[in-house]
Amino acid sequence: MSNARKRGYAGSQETTEGKVYTVTGGDWSDLLADNDPVEEERLVVNLGPQHPSTHGVLRIVIDLDGETVEKARSVIGYLHTGIEKNVEYRTFTQATTFLTRADYLSPIFNETAYCMAVEKLLGVEVPRRAQIIRVIMMEINRISSHWIWLATGGMELGSTTAATNGFRARDWCLDVLEAVSGLRMNHAYVRPGGVAQDLPADFSEVIEKWFGQMEEEIDGIERLLTGQPIWIKRLKDVGFINTPGCIQLGVTGPLLRSAGLAWDIRKTEPYLTYDEYDFEIPTHDAGDNWSRYVVRVAEMRESLKIVRQAVKTLEPGPVMVQDKKIGWPAQLSIGADGMGNSLNHVKHIMGQSMEALIHHFKLVTEGFHVPAGQAYVAIEGPRGELGAHVVSDGGTRPWRVHLRDPSFVNLQAIPALSEGGLLADVIASVASLDPVMGGVDR
Amino acid sequence: MSISTPDSNPGKEERGQEKSKETSAKPRPSGRRSRRTSKPRDESPTTDESLTTVEGDHAAHADKLAATEAPPEEGALLDDLHDEADDKPAEDKSDEDAAAPDDDEEASSGEVEKVHDFSTAPRIDQMRQIVEETESVDKSNMPAKPDRIDPTPAPQAGPRQGLFGVQGTGDTSGMSGLAAQAGSGIPARSTERPYGGWFDEVADRIAKAYSGWKQAHIATVVDRGEITFYVEKSHISKLSKVLRDDSMLRFELLASLSGVDYLRPETGLSSHVDPQQAEYAKARLHVVYHYLSMTFRRRIRVEVATTVEDPHVPTVSDVYPTADWQERETYDMFGVVFDGHHALTRILMPDDWEGFPQRKDYPLGGIEVEYKGASIPPPDQRRAYK
Repeated sequence: MSNARKRGYAGSQETTEGKVYTVTGGDWSDLLADNDPVEEERLVVNLGPQHPSTHGVLRIVIDLDGETVEKARSVIGYLHTGIEKNVEYRTFTQATTFLTRADYLSPIFNETAYCMAVEKLLGVEVPRRAQIIRVIMMEINRISSHWIWLATGGMELGSTTAATNGFRARDWCLDVLEAVSGLRMNHAYVRPGGVAQDLPADFSEVIEKWFGQMEEEIDGIERLLTGQPIWIKRLKDVGFINTPGCIQLGVTGPLLRSAGLAWDIRKTEPYLTYDEYDFEIPTHDAGDNWSRYVVRVAEMRESLKIVRQAVKTLEPGPVMVQDKKIGWPAQLSIGADGMGNSLNHVKHIMGQSMEALIHHFKLVTEGFHVPAGQAYVAIEGPRGELGAHVVSDGGTRPWRVHLRDPSFVNLQAIPALSEGGLLADVIASVASLDPVMGGVDR
Repeated sequence: MSISTPDSNPGKEERGQEKSKETSAKPRPSGRRSRRTSKPRDESPTTDESLTTVEGDHAAHADKLAATEAPPEEGALLDDLHDEADDKPAEDKSDEDAAAPDDDEEASSGEVEKVHDFSTAPRIDQMRQIVEETESVDKSNMPAKPDRIDPTPAPQAGPRQGLFGVQGTGDTSGMSGLAAQAGSGIPARSTERPYGGWFDEVADRIAKAYSGWKQAHIATVVDRGEITFYVEKSHISKLSKVLRDDSMLRFELLASLSGVDYLRPETGLSSHVDPQQAEYAKARLHVVYHYLSMTFRRRIRVEVATTVEDPHVPTVSDVYPTADWQERETYDMFGVVFDGHHALTRILMPDDWEGFPQRKDYPLGGIEVEYKGASIPPPDQRRAYK
């Protein structure tokens, strides 16, 4: 019997085909005869993929010594959708419908970052109303994304009330997004040049109702979790990372702010109309999972503030650039069946103006030409810096689109957050990272 | 009064003439008579008249030539086998020769009047209106009938090809150019100074802080409010260290690192006169670095190029640990080998995957989709617009 067999591993023998391992049963007293179970227990655990706590299809290979994590290697690529390759075969407008699916919990951000890059290449300025609508939609989306983080993170630590409350609150956010864009997810609402359609007529009622719901929900979740001893014990002093560590690893967003650096692109490099609103950048100093919880909940309140101000500054106007070579002439309006086209527009192009019909047809099938060049636009997503690098060759299709997705970059911090800690804390740390695998694999 | 001259639109005239013939109720030998055979005999007076008023004998002669060139025999032989023998070309010729201008003028003017009435008034109410209007006008100060036809040809804007003046292949589908054109490779020339804003300051400082800048620097391009430094790939690691550490640069964060494949078809930039440009065109794989200075709130882009044959680029992951995964992804997607990277393995694709999916010569793949009997080709095989 080999030494390995004695130590409890599978026995092996050399054959002409190579080494052959034999896994057989045995007597527990034999297997454990020479082993000290406490000293010698060293496990390699595959956490995921598709474990509920890995937020999609993340796989973490964890080397355990007892309960202590010696090594954590994250393995990705199980969800690789080839979005970046696919959009090279679509028009610039169609690409929006792909990129919105990258980070499916913050679709509006993907769309906006990409569209801003395309607009930079085009050299067009988006109408003010469209800019404000984008801000409103993004901040609602930020809140809904944070709700998902809170719900899933809470559930992973055993708080099912946090999960149900979080998903309920997120659903209310999706109601607003649906009222505006027609879809609860994967909206393709933001288009190069503006947004697909104007706000619905009853938007003020919808948003007022939503304000009330959100305030109640945020208060409720704070009452539930902020002072709760288990919640505090699971999060405090766990998953520590400091500011230099964040910057070296490229970690941005709430993680960087929880480590004490008030870096928020909305403030540091204001885009759209963010410089007109009065809001704070919440920070915390501990750099642990608890700090991230505090920062994210505070961020939800700040986003609510932004939406309030943005709604107030809304003024009537176009929501798409007036350049007929870019903006679709059709303004979609949602019918009773939840989809449809503007009747006036259909009347116009089908009955009155052949040119409008041809123009619409050309724009939809051929798209518009974007002058050759490249642009990189970074916006503050719910998870950090979301950058869109768009290269155009002067045609109607993007030559290359690269999303600098914060989930992808932040995921590199998993070893830093979890090595040396306990296995149970890996779950809390991964949850505090808030990774979305759609954005990681793109 | 408008009438199309014979050289500008013969088809229209022919149609008009035929209709006029019907209205004038001139007895025809046969209903099955073809246009070609009937044309020289019946229409020649009109043609002759309009030309003779301009050019006289020359035109008449030209018309004669045209009449002899256009072989009426063919039509006669093919179509008018059942017709009478009065279709002989000799008879036609003699007709034209003998045509007296005075007689023809009268006859043709009457005919043309009818043409006008018939072609410009398709609807009965409109016609009535026109008639009333012209009558009232005519009564006041105009002659009842114009005695001459204005033979001036309609003005035309130069020679035109095709109905819409299309140049090139004449493909009006909008899909005439299927070849992709690469947008921007590495340019041979820098943007003119000053770049504007803080761009000059940063460019000067990099040139000062990095000792090998002269060898490294290829071009600096300022476009759309962004500055791009194109550098030789061997310098990127050392340059990154300078960008990060220099107190006046402080690009602490490597925001993004990704690749672009500028694969060009032969018709792309190969026709460019710049030999340096042609050399860069071979280096189709680009690695694009986006640096962010949190201290100064500045973003710059550094771009290096490498060839498919020698896709080696020094790693920056020892300077910026965040480049670890981003370089692995660029390797996975484009096949750029980052020398010095501690674990350059595939990250998105399986370990044993062959090929680099985001290269332009790597097919997208896909199958055609059938829906209600129609099949839609996969995206990479669909027609593309230029």
